Amino acid sequence: MSDIRADFTGQTGTGDAGFGDYVQLLKPRVMSLVVFTAMVGLLVAPVGLHPIETLAAIIFIALGGGASGALNMWWDADIDAVMRRTAKRPVPSGAVQAGEALALGLGLSGISVVMLGLATNLLAAGLLAFTIFFYAVIYTMWLKRATPQNIVIGGAAGAFPPMIGWAAATGSISLESVLMFALIFMWTPPHFWALALFMNDDYDKAKVPMLTVTHGRRATRAHILVYTVALVPVALGTAFTAIGGPIYLAVSLVLNALFLLGAWRIWRRDEDTARADHYAVEKSVFKLSLAWLFLHFTAILIEATPWAHALARLIGWEG
Amino acid sequence: MALHREHDLHRRRWGRNLGLGLTLGAFIALVFGLTIAKVQNGSQMQGYDHSYQPELDSATQTPRATP
Repeated sequence: MSDIRADFTGQTGTGDAGFGDYVQLLKPRVMSLVVFTAMVGLLVAPVGLHPIETLAAIIFIALGGGASGALNMWWDADIDAVMRRTAKRPVPSGAVQAGEALALGLGLSGISVVMLGLATNLLAAGLLAFTIFFYAVIYTMWLKRATPQNIVIGGAAGAFPPMIGWAAATGSISLESVLMFALIFMWTPPHFWALALFMNDDYDKAKVPMLTVTHGRRATRAHILVYTVALVPVALGTAFTAIGGPIYLAVSLVLNALFLLGAWRIWRRDEDTARADHYAVEKSVFKLSLAWLFLHFTAILIEATPWAHALARLIGWEG
Repeated sequence: MALHREHDLHRRRWGRNLGLGLTLGAFIALVFGLTIAKVQNGSQMQGYDHSYQPELDSATQTPRATP
């Protein structure tokens, strides 16, 4: 019966979403960042896990991240529908019902936390549970619609995965894992504000109090520069800890110089200039920020290899 | 004429069922792999394991002296 009705209406109809729609609920692009940073946290930790345990830990951390994405899409369906960037997400597009997103989010949250606890340890599971709570409740339900500092504080949710990975391997929290957390936490504001500069209409329409909406673009440009300046010592300082080294330092110096230059160029521009070239600088800084994070964590991973240790000894880094 | 016309709806359902099946299969394989890894490590696990272990038998433990 429902098949015949579907023939007449030509609509997807609720409850008939494809598997890909459910995958989209988990925000696979965000998950890729979670997987990568959690993997780095796990692999650079001084305690090694069995390969299967490592694989399981990464999968369950990613699943937890995906669960919080589904909860975010359930709660934010109203503003996602208004924003051009998010209007095609499964809930606002009608492919998946909001209740299904909620059920999937809650179900996967439980599975991921319990399984991570069984696969590794309770600290890692607790941190994952807190991350899901922080993203779904503190950021999505509270901060996002309440304050222009939403992504500054909310950025913590995206910063936890390497700390969870480290905790999964070692069963503890240490300076190194806090530094990896700090790298992502400090990186998030300039990254998102660069995006907000060329997506401002979206946030305005959805009444989301992004800095661009509440304080204007001039203030946002200044904030990007200030937060980038604050990010640099955290990034460079990591080079002189157990997870850093000469390769990391070289990579970080180049990337931070480029990021600072980009932030300075954003700060110097006015809206007329930016509109004239369709926010070319803002878009390039946004892309650079993605590379910045990826390459910093890649450098941390490289520093954990025997070749990097050999190089460090060769040039007297550890001496 | 075929009694059952193939519709986009059926393709979506087939894809969904296949995806769910593969996901569950992968989950079972992962749990199985985890079990093997944990047993191989043998960490924090102790049981009778078909062989008698006196240290686990409460009847063989000397009761603590009460003050």
